[in-house]
Amino acid sequence: MIKLSVNGKTQSVDVAPDTPLLWVLRDNLGLTGTKFGCGIAQCGACTVHVDGEAVRSCITPVSAVGTKRVTTIEGLSLEGSHPVQQAWIGEDVPQCGYCQSGQLMAAAALLAKNRKPTDADIDGAMSGILCRCGTYQRIRSAIHQAAGQTGGHDGKAG
Amino acid sequence: MEKQVDENRRTFLAVSAAAGGGLLMGLYLPGLSRIAEAATETKTFAPNAFIRIGTDDVVTVMVNKSEMGQGVYTSLPMLIAEELEANWRKVRVEAAPVDPAYNHAAWGIQATGGSTSVATEWERLRKAGATARMMLIAAAAAHWKVDPNSCRAENGHVIHSPTNRHLPFGALAAAAAMLIPPSEVPLKDPRNFKLLGRPTRRLDSADKVTGKALFGLDVRLPGMLTAVIARAPVFGGKIVSVKDERAKGISGVKAVVQVPSGVAVVANGFWPAKQGRDALEIQWEDGSAAKLSTSGLREHYAQLAKTAGSVAKKEGDPAKALERAATRIDAEYAVPYLAHAPMEPLNCVIDFKPDRCEIWTGTQFQTADRAAAAAVLGLKPEQIKLHTMLLGGGFGRRANKDSDFVVEAAHVAKAMRVPVKVVWTREDDIRGGYYRPMWYDRIAAGLDEKGWPIAWRHTIVGQSIVTGSPFENAMVKDGVDVSSVEGAADLPYAIPNLHVDLHSPKSDVPVLWWRSVGHSHTAFVVESFMDELANAAGKDPFEFRRALLGEHLRHRAVLELATEKGNWGRPLPAGLGRGLAVHKSFGSFVAQVAEVSVVGGRVKVDRVVCAVDCGMTVNPDTIRAQMESGIVFGLTAALYGEITLKEGRVQQSNFHDYPLLRINEMPKVEVYIVPSTQPPSGVGEPGVPPIAPAVCNALFAATGKRIRSLPISNHDLTT
Repeated sequence: MIKLSVNGKTQSVDVAPDTPLLWVLRDNLGLTGTKFGCGIAQCGACTVHVDGEAVRSCITPVSAVGTKRVTTIEGLSLEGSHPVQQAWIGEDVPQCGYCQSGQLMAAAALLAKNRKPTDADIDGAMSGILCRCGTYQRIRSAIHQAAGQTGGHDGKAG
Repeated sequence: MEKQVDENRRTFLAVSAAAGGGLLMGLYLPGLSRIAEAATETKTFAPNAFIRIGTDDVVTVMVNKSEMGQGVYTSLPMLIAEELEANWRKVRVEAAPVDPAYNHAAWGIQATGGSTSVATEWERLRKAGATARMMLIAAAAAHWKVDPNSCRAENGHVIHSPTNRHLPFGALAAAAAMLIPPSEVPLKDPRNFKLLGRPTRRLDSADKVTGKALFGLDVRLPGMLTAVIARAPVFGGKIVSVKDERAKGISGVKAVVQVPSGVAVVANGFWPAKQGRDALEIQWEDGSAAKLSTSGLREHYAQLAKTAGSVAKKEGDPAKALERAATRIDAEYAVPYLAHAPMEPLNCVIDFKPDRCEIWTGTQFQTADRAAAAAVLGLKPEQIKLHTMLLGGGFGRRANKDSDFVVEAAHVAKAMRVPVKVVWTREDDIRGGYYRPMWYDRIAAGLDEKGWPIAWRHTIVGQSIVTGSPFENAMVKDGVDVSSVEGAADLPYAIPNLHVDLHSPKSDVPVLWWRSVGHSHTAFVVESFMDELANAAGKDPFEFRRALLGEHLRHRAVLELATEKGNWGRPLPAGLGRGLAVHKSFGSFVAQVAEVSVVGGRVKVDRVVCAVDCGMTVNPDTIRAQMESGIVFGLTAALYGEITLKEGRVQQSNFHDYPLLRINEMPKVEVYIVPSTQPPSGVGEPGVPPIAPAVCNALFAATGKRIRSLPISNHDLTT
C-alpha cells in the first residue's frame, strides 16, 4: 500500500510503485478532473500541484510523491471560487474543456508565485499546456484578469 | 420531409411512453384521466422532444448535437430560450438519447458535423420553444380565466398584462402538460430578439473549470475493466502469432483477447493495461501497405496530376484561352496527411449484457455507432442505450464512417461480458489513420495583356473520403467526390474559361473528414495561386481579388472589412509581411489578414485579423471563439502538421513529433462579424481554410519565397 495526501486527505492505494500519479488519481481515487493527453509530458493536460509546484502527473511515479501534498483541480477551491476559475468563466475560455484542468492548475501555480505576470511570464509558465481548440488568447486574458483580483489571495489553494 | 419528421416524433413519443416517459403520454394517448395521471406523476412539462420544464422552473433542453467545444450546448438552448421567453439562468442542458426525433434535419441520422448545427436547428428549435410558450400561456389564461391574447411570457413567467398577475413556468408545468400543442406557431421577428445576437456566456464553463465535466474517458462503472489494444503497425496488417505470457504476468492484467483490429489487454486500470499491451509479442503480416511511403505516394500523385481526371467543373475553353494568354503561370501544390489529434484520446465504455447494452462515448455519429455496435453484439440497435458524453475535441475524428473506436470496443465487451473501457494512447491516435487526405494539385492560369485571368486549369489528386462508405451515393457524382473539390470547383472569381478535374486514387491509408474537409486544401491552393497571379499581374492582391469578385458581395464585404481592420497597404518594416485570403465554406464567408515576421528563417505569426459573415448571429462570442479556434487549428497544420509514412509505418507518434501550436506562438487574433439578415450558417469550420494561404502569402510578402507545400516548417525561409 502506498500512502498519499491528495486535496487535504490521506489516501492509501494498492498499485505498482511505478504507476504514474495520473492513473492513481483517475483510476484508483476517482479524481477524473485531471486528464490524460499524451503520457509523455508534452501536453500538460495532467498538470497537478505537488507541494504547490505544477507537475506533470503522467510521468510522476506515485512512489516519488511520498508525503508531499497533491492538489488536483477538484481541490483547487471550494465551488470553483479560485480567481483563475472565476476569470476563466468571465472570459469564456473553455471550448471542449478537456485541457482546461491542466491550464488552470498551471495558471494557479504561476499566480501563487507571481502576482502580476507579464506576457513573457505567462508564455514561460503556460507553454507546456496544449489546447487543441486554440483558447490561448483567452487564457492569457483570463490570467491577467485573475492577477487583477489576486491581491490578498495567499496562493494556499494553489 | 415534414411528414417523416412527424412520424419519427410519434414513434419517439410512443417509445418514451412505453418506457414510462411520464408526461409524454399525455399528448398523444386518448383519455383525459390518463393525461392527468401522467401529469401528476411527473409534474414535468414536455411539449416536445427538446424541452422539459419542471415545477422547480428549471428548463432542461435535450440537445441533439454533440458538444465538442463548438458551443452547441449554449447556442442551441439559446434558440429555444428566445422563443420560450425562458429565464436564461434556469436553463440546463442534457445530452439527448439516440432517437429519430433527434436526427439531423437533413441527414436522416443523429449526427454532428459539417458546421450545420445552428443552421439546421434554427427553425426547429425556435418552433419548439414557441410551442411551449404558447402552451404555458394557454395554461395560465385558463387558470386566470382570461383571454390568452391578453397574456405574454417573459423571463420564465407568464404575465397577464392588464392586471400584472404572473405565474412562473414551473407553477404552470402540470397544467400545460395537459394541453394539446398548437398547430400554428408564429416565430418572432428577428428585430425583437432579446437573447439571440447577444454575447452569451457558455452554460458548460462552470463544470469545465472545476473538473466536474464528464468526458467519455471519465466514465467509471462498478466492476469496470480497462483495455488497451495493440493494433497493426501497418494499415491492413494481420496477426500471425501472439505471445502474451509476459503481458499476463503483469499485476492487474485480467485477460488478453484478440479482436479484429488487434489484441486487447484488459486490466483493472489503464496503467496495467498499457504495460500489458506493451509487453505483448505479436508477429504481424504487414500486407500490401508495407510498400507505402510518402515520397512514393507524392511521385505517383504528381504523375496522375499530369493526366485528365473526372471533370468537376468546366466553363468555356481553358485550353484555347491558355494558348492565347499574354502570360501563363504554372504551379504545383502539395499538402500532407493530417491527424485530428483531439486532446481527449479516443475511448469507449461498453456494458454488454445478453439482452441489452449501454455505451458511453464521445461521438459525433450516434445512429451509426449504435447500429455498428448492435451488429457486433447481436442486438437490435434499440436494445442499446448510447450515452453521448462531452467530447474532448472532435474535428471530424469522432464522426467515423466505420465507427472504428466503437466497433472494436464492442468486440472487447463481447469477449469480456463485464463493463469495459477501451482507451487509446496518444500514439494509437496519431498512428491510427483516418487522416485528412494527402493532396497534390497541378494548376495553370493565363492572364491577358492587362493582367486579368482568362483561363484557369486545376487538377486535384487525393483519396476520396466517402468512396466505399455509406455516404458514397449521396456525395459522389460522375466520379467526383464533392468533398474533394469543394472550394475549388466553385470559384467566386470571374474567370471565363475554367476547368477543374479530379483523380481519386485508392490507398490502404484510411482517410476522414478533418475540420473543414476539402476546403482545408482547396483554399490553400486557390488563395495562394490567386496571390501568384496578382503578383504576376503586378496588382495588389486585395484589389486583384476585389475586382474579380464582381457581384459576390458577401465575399467582398468580408475582404473589405478584414483589410480595413488589418491595415492593408500600410508599410511594414523589412522582414515583416502581410497576406490575405478569402474563402467561403459551410455557407459562411471568411477573410483573414495575417501579419508575419521572419527572423533568421524563423517564422512567427504576429497578428491575424478575421472578418466573418455567417448570417444572423446566435451567440457572437461563440462565433469569435470559433474563428480564434479555427485559426489556431489551421495555423498548427500550416506551420507543423504532417503525417508521413515510411515502409507503411507512420513516422509520427505523439506531440513531440506532431506538434501543436503553443501559447507562446499564439498570434493576436481579432474577429469582426459582418451584420447580416441572412439565415445562420456554419462557424465551427469556416475559420480554418483561409489561414494557411493568408500566412503563406504574408511569408511571400516578407521574404519573396513562395510556399507551395505544407507544412511551412519544411521550408528554408532564411533570406
